[in-house]
Amino acid sequence: MAIAFYLSGFIAVLATLGVITGTSPVHAVLYLIISLLAVALVFFALGAPFAGVLEIIIYAGAIMVLFVFVVMMLNLGGEARQQEKLWLQPGTWIGPSLLAGLLLALLLTLLLGGEAGPVITGDLLTAKAVAITLFGPWLLVVELAAMLLLAALVTASHVGRLGPGAENTATSPSKGRSR
Amino acid sequence: MSWFTPQLTANLWAMTQALIILLGAVLLGAVMTIVERRLLGLWQDRYGPNRVGPFGLLQLIADMIKIFFKEDWIPPFSDRVLFVLAPGIAMASLLLAFIIIPITPGWGVADLHIGLLFFFAMAGINVYAVLFGGWASGNKYALIGAMRASAQTLSYEVFIGLAVMGVVAMTGSFNMRDIVAAQEDVWFVIPQFLGFLTFLIAGIAVTHRHPFDQPEAEQELADGYHVEYSSMKFGMYFIGEYVGMLLVSALIVTLFFGGWHGPWLPPIVWFALKTGAFLMFFVLLRASLPRPRYDRVMSFGWKVCLPLTLINLLVTGAVVLLVPG
Repeated sequence: MAIAFYLSGFIAVLATLGVITGTSPVHAVLYLIISLLAVALVFFALGAPFAGVLEIIIYAGAIMVLFVFVVMMLNLGGEARQQEKLWLQPGTWIGPSLLAGLLLALLLTLLLGGEAGPVITGDLLTAKAVAITLFGPWLLVVELAAMLLLAALVTASHVGRLGPGAENTATSPSKGRSR
Repeated sequence: MSWFTPQLTANLWAMTQALIILLGAVLLGAVMTIVERRLLGLWQDRYGPNRVGPFGLLQLIADMIKIFFKEDWIPPFSDRVLFVLAPGIAMASLLLAFIIIPITPGWGVADLHIGLLFFFAMAGINVYAVLFGGWASGNKYALIGAMRASAQTLSYEVFIGLAVMGVVAMTGSFNMRDIVAAQEDVWFVIPQFLGFLTFLIAGIAVTHRHPFDQPEAEQELADGYHVEYSSMKFGMYFIGEYVGMLLVSALIVTLFFGGWHGPWLPPIVWFALKTGAFLMFFVLLRASLPRPRYDRVMSFGWKVCLPLTLINLLVTGAVVLLVPG
């Protein structure tokens, strides 16, 4: 379990670096998907398969598809690559990465003080246990999140709604009105 | 033989089982291509492929030789990495999902806690095969096909999950073996009929089989997302589709038709019979139904199937809460 944990963690870090340094938007999204899958595997190794599988279904399987959708629709070609290359000049990234490196060093020293070994036991946390915790002590938070999502849904359908009289023009040619 | 411990033999046996199931799934997927063509011929009053070997049985081998030796062309205007990667995702994600299916009490690869959710995860990843394949081809038709396919798969995945939650609520577990065990007396198709109907529809839509194959519509899109693919890369998409069909059939049998349960015959025969019946049903659908318009497919999903699954889940939840035990 420890090997799986560290290996997938390593892959997640590498893939995330790929997201930042990649110049092609679609490849960057692909790296992001790999990173999410690796994080899901980290969850599996930590004994939380429910969280891991939800990570794959929701983040990798649904949200990232929308990302890919948008990136493909924008039809970013060579120009976008040039622009990305321009943004990746050493002058732009050295300062922030030095600061981030300092933070990482701090985090590592703090982590090394404690004992990390016993956490990666691979004990199973079942879906039932998660559900009981969610709908027991955390019921209020779950309900609030549900309301927030409902509000978002209502807003989205309001924004995306057709105006009066727009019925005929709204159907795009690919949907075959004329046929 | 001191190192030949029971643990090792058990591991080896499990690995052999996994390999046999994997190969069986791929082979059955390949055989289905021919079975489907013969059955389509039968139902549409024509012959179908009947020249190679007795009853056209060797057609499969001829097709395999053909597809393996075709020129494997990667278009120069394509995105090479994604173009090669996409068919692999198509096949691998669906094959991986087979590990959760319990075939008989003794056969099956993994007995996961999260069983059913693993299938949804793999189905979610399978979207990328189409999406990346269509985009990487650098072809308008392929891109439109990929867009249609992913929009369709995303919307139908929403309620393919909701459709089986009734089953999960009645069983109280995501584990596939628990689900099969809970159907010892009554198959879930009876108390969960709405769930079954919506799962069936969504299952066909997720594998984009006819009548939900707008992403591949020949007349409008010249074959959709795999129009630029040739040779075995196309073969992988093609076999992947049949593997998906097999997977959905096996899932329907496990979730709604009692898995291996049945009188007199041994479990493996029951499982095979039921799965085979659903495979035939998929072919019959293709042989008999016309292709609906794309926007109607989408609105049918959101306006009919989604409310149905929600009502089903609501009623199931109420019944589970009201009836103790």
